[in-house]
Amino acid sequence: MRIQQVSVFVENQPGRLESILEVLEEKKISIRALSVSDTAEFGIVRMILEDPELGLVSLRDAGFTSRMDWILSAEIPDVPGGLLKTVAKPLADAGVNLKYCYAYIEQTGGDKAMVVLKVDDIEKAEQILKAL
Amino acid sequence: MIRDPEHEKMPRRELEQLQLERLKVKVREVYEKVPYYRQAFKEKGVTPDHVQTLADLVKLPFTSKLDFRDNYPFGLMAVPHEQVVRIHSSSGTTGKPIIAPYTQGDIDTWAEIMARTLAAGGTTKYDVMQNAYGYGLFTGGLGFHYGAERLGCTVIPTSGGNTKRQILLLQDLETTVITCTPSYALILCETALDMGVDLRETKLRLGFMGAEPWSEQMRKDVEERMGISAINIYGLTEIIGPGVSVECTHKCGMHIAEDHFLVEIINPKSGEQIPYGEEGELVITTLTKEAQPVLRFRTRDIVSLNPEPCECGRTLARMSRVTGRSDDMLIVRGVNVFPSQIESVLLDVEGVEPHYLIVVDRQHQFKSDELEVWIEVSEAVFSDEIQKMEDLEKRLRAEMDSVLGISARIKLVEPRTIARTEGKAKRVVDRSEL
Repeated sequence: MRIQQVSVFVENQPGRLESILEVLEEKKISIRALSVSDTAEFGIVRMILEDPELGLVSLRDAGFTSRMDWILSAEIPDVPGGLLKTVAKPLADAGVNLKYCYAYIEQTGGDKAMVVLKVDDIEKAEQILKAL
Repeated sequence: MIRDPEHEKMPRRELEQLQLERLKVKVREVYEKVPYYRQAFKEKGVTPDHVQTLADLVKLPFTSKLDFRDNYPFGLMAVPHEQVVRIHSSSGTTGKPIIAPYTQGDIDTWAEIMARTLAAGGTTKYDVMQNAYGYGLFTGGLGFHYGAERLGCTVIPTSGGNTKRQILLLQDLETTVITCTPSYALILCETALDMGVDLRETKLRLGFMGAEPWSEQMRKDVEERMGISAINIYGLTEIIGPGVSVECTHKCGMHIAEDHFLVEIINPKSGEQIPYGEEGELVITTLTKEAQPVLRFRTRDIVSLNPEPCECGRTLARMSRVTGRSDDMLIVRGVNVFPSQIESVLLDVEGVEPHYLIVVDRQHQFKSDELEVWIEVSEAVFSDEIQKMEDLEKRLRAEMDSVLGISARIKLVEPRTIARTEGKAKRVVDRSEL
């Protein structure tokens, strides 16, 4: 399944994530998943938002360099080896390169977890995951 | 010491007569041999015959850094290629370097002017000169080298860098004169300290420093820490390299080699000549240069001139320290850096808005100047992948390196990190202002 992700460029400084969260809080947009990647100088905050379009507009208005991308999301069993067997191994076997991924657990407390994936070949990855 | 009293102490009336004779010859020469100047004369409606007195200079066209770029590489040359024996170069305004060709005659003239320069600061043939200016395309290294040989002192051609070895040689070979940029002088001081060497205890007594801006305070620092007298020098690749002007031991302004260079001060906005005593842009006409004579070169350096005779006996006019630039050029580690160069890189690397800030760190006392370019990340270049952002950073750094000729740190920043100002954006700040 494809899902919209909002990413924001931030300088690696105290208080930057806080500013992003304040914007979202003010607009009452909840965050379903979040990951922060960083280098020594800057970072990229990636988020799966309840309302990605409003989130993007609000962050831009607040002056953040932001973008929205369609990326893959897959449901995996919340058991040991779940990510490996359902996602990582099939993609690796097919030669699909994973650029980043992060996971979150759906609120309802079931036995499923969600994983968000950025790959080099989204079409191929999608087919493989669908086929499983 | 005055090496060439005939010229250096020439009564000004005679000097002006000599300048006029030489000017007339040069003007005719460039008019006949350099199509660019012939065209420029035509546009101004003048011919060489219009130059009958030194005051007629104002009728002639200016030459700017841009003209060097537009005529790159040999468009301003006035001799056939076979007469060129050497080419030096420095960074230009927009990626193209400034090309400086020399005939054998130019090399001889330059060596003589540099011998005069060294003598003016007190160097004699008994001195041992360690030349830590860069050898190569940069005019500093070879300029001093030839001058020192002409004067007859011993030259140690260390070039820049390898600082520990510099300190070692300086002690063991009993160096008495050091030639380097002021920022490198500070590096030498610091390295010596680390090595437990007190430079004041060595034979070092004299330094010739320039090629980048430095203050009186910095001179005092260098003089105290090295136990030397530091002499300020001035020169430009477009004109000849070092040797255009130098302080005498009285250190009350730099004597211009006026028998070779005719100087004017102009209002940088109107282009009109202003009196010597007032601050304005220095304009130089070469009177003896063969390979690439230059008429009315706009240096962009803001100075004032003093034509009064000096206590040292020289009649050659003195110029003040460069107090500013009429454009926003920076000199970092001896290399000219123009904001326009940085802009051109940003425009080339697709999509980057030219919102940038050049941060120069001259505050670190013991390190050479650092150049950092802050670039605001626009949505056009922002990626959700770290790898792509790092690639962007790398590409910008590589482009900057090749265009500027020195390495700059690239810092990607959020929009609006860089203060917007009304009208012309402030493009250059010193670290201490942040």
